Amino acid sequence: MATQKNKLKEVRLSIPVSPEDIAALEIGTVVYLDGVIYTAREGAYKRILEQGIAPPVDLAQLSNVSFHCSPAAARNDDGSYTVGAVTATASFRFSRWLADWFPASGCKVIIGKGGMSAEDYRTHFVPNGAVYLTTVGYGTGALLGRGIKHVRDAHWLDELGIAQALWVFEVENMGPFLVESDLRGNSLFDRDAERINAGVERLYDGLQPPALSRYGETTSREDEVI
Amino acid sequence: MPQETKRTIPSDLIEATAFELMRRAAIEIPEDFRLGVEAMVDTEAEDLSRFVLESMVENWHAAEEDRRAMCADTGLPRYYVKAGNEAVIGGGFVALERALRRATARATHEIPLRPNRVHPLSRADHNNNVGINAPEIEFSFEPDADWLDITTVHKGGLFGTDYRMLFPGDGKDGIKRFFLDTMMQFGRRGLACQPAIVGIGLGGSKDTSMILGKQAACLRTVGDRHPDPEIAALEVELTELGNNIGMGPMGFVGTSMVVDCHIDVGYTHTGGMPMSVHSFCLSSRRAVARIHPGGEVEYRTDPNWFTPYHRREGIE
Ligand code: SF4
Repeated sequence: MATQKNKLKEVRLSIPVSPEDIAALEIGTVVYLDGVIYTAREGAYKRILEQGIAPPVDLAQLSNVSFHCSPAAARNDDGSYTVGAVTATASFRFSRWLADWFPASGCKVIIGKGGMSAEDYRTHFVPNGAVYLTTVGYGTGALLGRGIKHVRDAHWLDELGIAQALWVFEVENMGPFLVESDLRGNSLFDRDAERINAGVERLYDGLQPPALSRYGETTSREDEVI
Repeated sequence: MPQETKRTIPSDLIEATAFELMRRAAIEIPEDFRLGVEAMVDTEAEDLSRFVLESMVENWHAAEEDRRAMCADTGLPRYYVKAGNEAVIGGGFVALERALRRATARATHEIPLRPNRVHPLSRADHNNNVGINAPEIEFSFEPDADWLDITTVHKGGLFGTDYRMLFPGDGKDGIKRFFLDTMMQFGRRGLACQPAIVGIGLGGSKDTSMILGKQAACLRTVGDRHPDPEIAALEVELTELGNNIGMGPMGFVGTSMVVDCHIDVGYTHTGGMPMSVHSFCLSSRRAVARIHPGGEVEYRTDPNWFTPYHRREGIE
């Protein structure tokens, strides 16, 4: 493998990420983070947003970066935690909580896997001054695990279990992440999908139609299964 | 009797070996797969797609240096056992199965692996990756051999696998069509965590085609070609087709979707051509050990599952 210098723009941001830093982010930029981040997914969303249970800490005070993630982690005998690899979980499932989540948490950066819909960016992210960062690969669990310097807390571990607990991590140069949505509502996945879709039909040119069509096969090839 | 005892492979050696295999699989990417992805770094012209590939290579180095799992989703651990016809297992096959289940539970706690296995309805989790029908253990046999080959695969990914009943009239066009459909629907946003080793099961009954496709993805190494020239040519053709969709890792524009494509076949109903497609993701985790009757253990990453005997066609 020849080592090629990657031509992507790269930034290293301190948390809390400032409004100026967020406004300057462009889709496709590589991001590394320093500071405190916390994990929040359906378990935390349900407790805070549906059941009205107060968050275990003042989230807005803690950090403005939250992570759709469940770490491969274990609680040690002395009460500390060991985190091995860290991999994000697919974010599209959490769309329904976004409207309430941003005002409740003060969150400005959501990190996850695979992005959310353009509609979610327009309706929820942009008006709240927030952007979405995607993990890379998505199997870069060892690299992301390296970025965690200390596990500060694991809230609601008993109530929600390891995967769904609200983990608070102190991170250093954690990444890589890619800017998937910016404050103008652009989406990196959408931009590339448009280029790919332009060439999709030619792939099927000359292939005879199937003997038996399949229920659901009428879905346009430009559609996504999510 | 003393003769018997000397040849016996004890179940505690099987358990210790299986535990070591679980550790190797979770942490060390097989060399054939790494070289395949590194070759894609050289041919990938798109910056974003190449960045993803380079990050993956860096991630595998980090995993090995830190001895941590390469991906936090450690998949569904499972086993493939190939037993020589003359192999003798202390306590028999039941002892072997129990040893593999114990090794799985211990590895989950000690490596650690993510306890991914839950009951499908109650979602009950024993926190050890063991449960009803889990881990799967599949068997195959080999003539004129006295060893035991154990392969573990940690197959990740909820996406990238599909099944379809095709018909003889669909021919290779039908195969290509279904292959393209699967690559694209799960390639978008990188749901399949591609580039992947894509395995295709063709023929057999429905369940056979699923099993063959999974084995073709997980138990054959990058660069391996089917001995039947027609099937081998189709493997190469589908690899190229997949890499010319215009899509790469994470669904970005690119040319890196398929590290390699493997097809395995089974004789099927005269009226049908069942086909399955399986994607073995960027964490293509497999590790193999051969245990000899003398207690010697050799580790490798090529399962060598599809032996000529395994693919036999006639009556012997
Ligand atoms: S599909 Fe593979 S690389 Fe992707 S998250 Fe799952 S185990 Fe990791």
